[in-house]
Amino acid sequence: MSKKVKKYDDDPNTTGHSWDGIEEFDNPMPRWWLWTFYATIIWGIGYTIAYPAWPGIQSATAGVLAWNSRADVVADIAAVDEANAPINARLIETDLTEIAADANLNSYAVSSGAAVFKTWCAQCHGAGAAGAKGYPNLLDDDWLWGGTMEDIHVTVSHGIRNEESDDARYSEMPAFGRDELLGKTEIAQVANYVMSLSGVPQDASQVEAGAAVYAENCSSCHMDDGTGDIYQGAPNLADAIWLYGGDYATVYETIYNSRYGVMPPWNTRLSEAQIRAVSAYVHQLGGGE
Amino acid sequence: MSNYIKLIALGLITLFAMIATNYARDLAYQVHAIIIMLVAGGLFLYTLRRTDEPVVAAGPIQQEYFDSVVRYGVIATAFWGVVGFLVGVYIAFQLAFPVLNFDWAQGFANFGRLRPLHTSAVIFAFGGNALLATSFYVVQRTSAARLWGGNLAWFVFWGYQLFIVLAATGYLLGGTQSKEYAEPEWYVDLWLTIVWVAHLAVFLGTIIRRKEPHIYVANWFYLAFIVTVAMLHVVNNLTIPVSIWGSKSVIVWAGVQDAMVQWWYGHNAVGFFLTAGFLGMMYYFVPKQAERPVFSYKLSIIHFWALIFLYIWAGPHHLHYTALPDWASTLGMVFSIVLWMPSWGGMINGLMTLSGAWDKLRTDPVIRMMVISIGFYGMSTFEGPMMSIRAVNSLSHYTDWTIGHVHSGALGWNGMITFGALYFLVPVLWKRERLYSLSLVSWHFWLATIGIILYAASMWVTGIMEGLMWREVDANGFLVNSFADTVAAKFPMYVVRALGGVMFLAGSVIMCFNLWMTVRRAPAKEASLTVAVPAE
Repeated sequence: MSKKVKKYDDDPNTTGHSWDGIEEFDNPMPRWWLWTFYATIIWGIGYTIAYPAWPGIQSATAGVLAWNSRADVVADIAAVDEANAPINARLIETDLTEIAADANLNSYAVSSGAAVFKTWCAQCHGAGAAGAKGYPNLLDDDWLWGGTMEDIHVTVSHGIRNEESDDARYSEMPAFGRDELLGKTEIAQVANYVMSLSGVPQDASQVEAGAAVYAENCSSCHMDDGTGDIYQGAPNLADAIWLYGGDYATVYETIYNSRYGVMPPWNTRLSEAQIRAVSAYVHQLGGGE
Repeated sequence: MSNYIKLIALGLITLFAMIATNYARDLAYQVHAIIIMLVAGGLFLYTLRRTDEPVVAAGPIQQEYFDSVVRYGVIATAFWGVVGFLVGVYIAFQLAFPVLNFDWAQGFANFGRLRPLHTSAVIFAFGGNALLATSFYVVQRTSAARLWGGNLAWFVFWGYQLFIVLAATGYLLGGTQSKEYAEPEWYVDLWLTIVWVAHLAVFLGTIIRRKEPHIYVANWFYLAFIVTVAMLHVVNNLTIPVSIWGSKSVIVWAGVQDAMVQWWYGHNAVGFFLTAGFLGMMYYFVPKQAERPVFSYKLSIIHFWALIFLYIWAGPHHLHYTALPDWASTLGMVFSIVLWMPSWGGMINGLMTLSGAWDKLRTDPVIRMMVISIGFYGMSTFEGPMMSIRAVNSLSHYTDWTIGHVHSGALGWNGMITFGALYFLVPVLWKRERLYSLSLVSWHFWLATIGIILYAASMWVTGIMEGLMWREVDANGFLVNSFADTVAAKFPMYVVRALGGVMFLAGSVIMCFNLWMTVRRAPAKEASLTVAVPAE
């Protein structure tokens, strides 16, 4: 396969080597290439003098600029903390219900609360706070544990049904089916009744039978009219808003197995100012009482 | 006699694999034990049937180039290429439309399982087979010698395919050590080490018995690739198996040292697998296709030594602003930037080789493919040093910009130069006058080029956008965007990226058809010379 390479008149000399017909010109390296290469080397030497670079046995050169990435982060965080310190102090001192009245403070609380929410709360409640199955929508005025500033503040601080905080909000619905408190027929009846409370048309005889079961087993927490009780975290069953779903199968499953939604306490991870801020943020989303 | 030793070894391996299947502690290990049992058992029967048959005298075949293994390598390259691109397109759509992570396929075909399958299929199966096949082809032609080691080359080829199958099935079944681009578990690593040493032996053996006085530059690059990858692979995979009957193992490095070793490996997988190895390919196929001498011998020496010396230090730039000490981060960045010109030396030598033959760009789509691959090489070897600068990296790190950078290199440089080499090799290896259709090559060229541009451009946009969104703070220093906000904002670009991938995949399918038809239909070439003779 040795094929002669075409030679042009203006070609430079080749090195005289040839492999499978491939020859090499004896061209010099392009000057711009060589000088740029030298320039990067010289720059590199200079940069390693300016910045921490060369390791020794115990430590490395610190560089004449004494730059340190960790110190930079600490300084940045300290600067923000220092700048916000006075207004954070004011946020902690002000009575929870008074925050909204102070326009300046409220604007600060809501914007910093939004940042807290996006970092810590959005994973469950959604970036827009609209919730998901099992995670309440925070945009509406349907509250499980109350929607006043104080209520929200307690919920955020201590969480719900968690092991970490003794002050966590707590309640537990019985698993009526799994623990054999009710038969399958009765659960079906009460499921029909509960759905009818939100105006979903159901079989009249089932609803009637379910009403009796409801009065016996459910009304102590969810109230006679099904409007729930925020002191026990018992959801309102009459407002067509469903935490886990309002179709028959889901309502049946809820009654059969019960639900046990958990929220962590945040007072171990967030500062009081951050908790107050995120409470203010959630309160002003639309449903705050 | 050697057949009896083989029979004993294969019998023992089969037996051991059976025991391993029985005692397997996890599914990936069990499936692998079954695969090994079937392969070793099949080879045992095959060897048994041939034992004591009269041996055909080797004769003149020993004078000819060993091209059958290269032909298999070409087929494997094309096959794994399509597989790797297809999985890539699918996971690109999974990112845009998460519903494609089907419930029934959870634990096998969700994004997390398929992603390493895609990266390994493209880098190690497609790229690796391309490097195997071309290194075997190029070293024979430029040494004017038949491959050393007889059937050892077949062992390398089939051993490497077994590695690919074990790696791929392992990912789907959850057998992974969670090191990027080094996911296969300990026994797969051990097997690859054996195959790789055999590859080195075949390559070096052939160079040692070359009939040419000098070693051609392409072979320097191939040799650097083979030797360095062996070293990287061994050091980054120093693990202790939890049990000999299970796939899980524990790495000997800890914490930031582990991260540093991992990215020393990871970056040099780019440097020596995807750069040095493919430069070897470039240095042979570009001058051959252009029928022009290499531009500058001096440049090739200087840029070769500068490239391999500098690349090995650049890894820490993957760990800027992490637990890695600042000094290591600085060194990684400085070596990355000094690496810029040595990388470009290959681009200059490739492009300038075409001076005097630029007119061929109009008439030869294969040359066009090679030129655009060198262009993408130059672009990504500029982009890389730029992204290694700490200030740039603080924006680009963890964003899709990195994905775009990798793909302009992998699709543009590695993909296109491999396509060019395949278009060159198939007519030669199957003794055809020419390719079946040059207009199909043109179609492939344009589909792939536009696909890459859609891919890279959408990833630049989405990468810079999400980088800016992540760092956006208000006047009080509070974050403006949640992570989910940035994900939602990326949707249109994700769709564009997936469509770019579809175009690239379509081009590669057209290539396979064209190569197949070349073998089946193109006119045969008369009296081709395959006997090893020195060129001069």
